Amino acid sequence: MALALVIDDSSATRMILARILTELGYSVEKAENGADALHKLSKMAKPELILIDWNMPVMNGYEFLVKARSMAQFDDVTMMMVTTETEIEQVLKALEAGANEYVMKPFTKDVIDEKLSLLGLGAR
Amino acid sequence: MALTPGDFTFLSNYVKNSTAIVLTPDKDYLVESRLNPVARRLGVSNISDLVSKLRANPSPTSEIGMMISEAMTTNETYFFRDVKPFDVLRSELLPQAIERRGSDRSLNIWSGACSSGQEAYSIAMTIKEHFPTLSTWRVRIIGTDISRAMVERTKEGIFSQIEINRGLPAPLLVKYFSKVGSEWKIKGELTSMVDASVMNLAGNWPILPRMDIVLMRNVLIYFDLPTKRAILEKVVRVMAPNASLLLGGSETTMNVTNEFDRVTTGTSFYYRIKGGGASSSSPSIGSTPTFRGTPVAPRAGLR
Ligand SMILES: C[S@@+](CC[C@H](N)C(=O)[O-])C[C@H]1O[C@@H](n2cnc3c(N)ncnc32)[C@H](O)[C@@H]1O
Ligand SMILES: [Mg+2]
Repeated sequence: MALALVIDDSSATRMILARILTELGYSVEKAENGADALHKLSKMAKPELILIDWNMPVMNGYEFLVKARSMAQFDDVTMMMVTTETEIEQVLKALEAGANEYVMKPFTKDVIDEKLSLLGLGAR
Repeated sequence: MALTPGDFTFLSNYVKNSTAIVLTPDKDYLVESRLNPVARRLGVSNISDLVSKLRANPSPTSEIGMMISEAMTTNETYFFRDVKPFDVLRSELLPQAIERRGSDRSLNIWSGACSSGQEAYSIAMTIKEHFPTLSTWRVRIIGTDISRAMVERTKEGIFSQIEINRGLPAPLLVKYFSKVGSEWKIKGELTSMVDASVMNLAGNWPILPRMDIVLMRNVLIYFDLPTKRAILEKVVRVMAPNASLLLGGSETTMNVTNEFDRVTTGTSFYYRIKGGGASSSSPSIGSTPTFRGTPVAPRAGLR
């Protein structure tokens, strides 16, 4: 089964995203911030997909994205921001740092599914 | 107050006559929930008074009639809906149409039932992104819909955050939209490619240009079989020779009309007028896949 990692400091959002991804056929791991995610990534199998919140304590999602994209082993991992940041500058900044897609909160299951379909990663 | 069976029958006949939309009795809750805002806008205190008002003025072109008909439409849509049709458009239908139209350098693409315009603008973005040569052609994307409000929205090209979240690749958002307050406005270079107007597919058709590509997606599902057949047979008459037709995911010409051939390409398909699809450059039914699930967006964003 395809593996996904959800990074968000809100446990409610982690749960919602994990449920959606499970329904779309993923098995899901969760992390509370960027540093927690890097730690988990060093111990888990490589995920196919990472969903990343922007605003988080310790290490925010943008910092995580830059860090993860500097690590060659994650080159083929799809990374999608899922965030309350809704300015065009932020979207551009995330894309330039290597995000594959960008979702603005609030979202629904359809939103996630449609974005993943664009990346060839829809319901499996 | 709930809808009486008599009122429901009157309404469903009225809506069928004016829009071809079939409202089955199990839809009574839906009908009520959609009529309430119309009653409010007209200052009528309840639905049964609204129906009485319609009975007094049951012409399909009366203002109250049009408001009720428009309220019965389902306008759900999103950018690059189902993805694959837009891959087919890019990899096959547009290249074919460009080859056919090379001498007069003009293309007409019809989004029949365009709703708020996401389909028309997905076509426009596909053209801008992948067919720079068309910038010197006369390209018209013709959006039509029965709903006046939807046609206005298509012309405006302004979308909510919820709408731009749906199906729109982020690289295209940053390239073709600007944020205005909490909404997103699509750029003039795209709105200028789209002509939107009101048209009832089940009514008398205006004179339409000959269409090179027709998208008639997620609208025939609301109609009964004779209406679907009549509309598809009229579509044939506006299509240029070798033009192509895309339907919605749950729609087919099969068992409706045999005027079309279904052309399979990769894991998707489209329709061609029978006999009009015999040119040697076109793929035949069951041809080798030429693409498979190519992403609309560059997989790695702007990297
Ligand atoms: C579900 S939307 C489909 C939009 C778009 N084609 C898509 O696939 O995403 C259906 C649209 O059909 C329109 N419609 C319904 N009856 C119609 C009719 N008789 N003539 C023209 N448009 C109609 C509705 O107003 C609505 O916007
Ligand atoms: Mg957060």
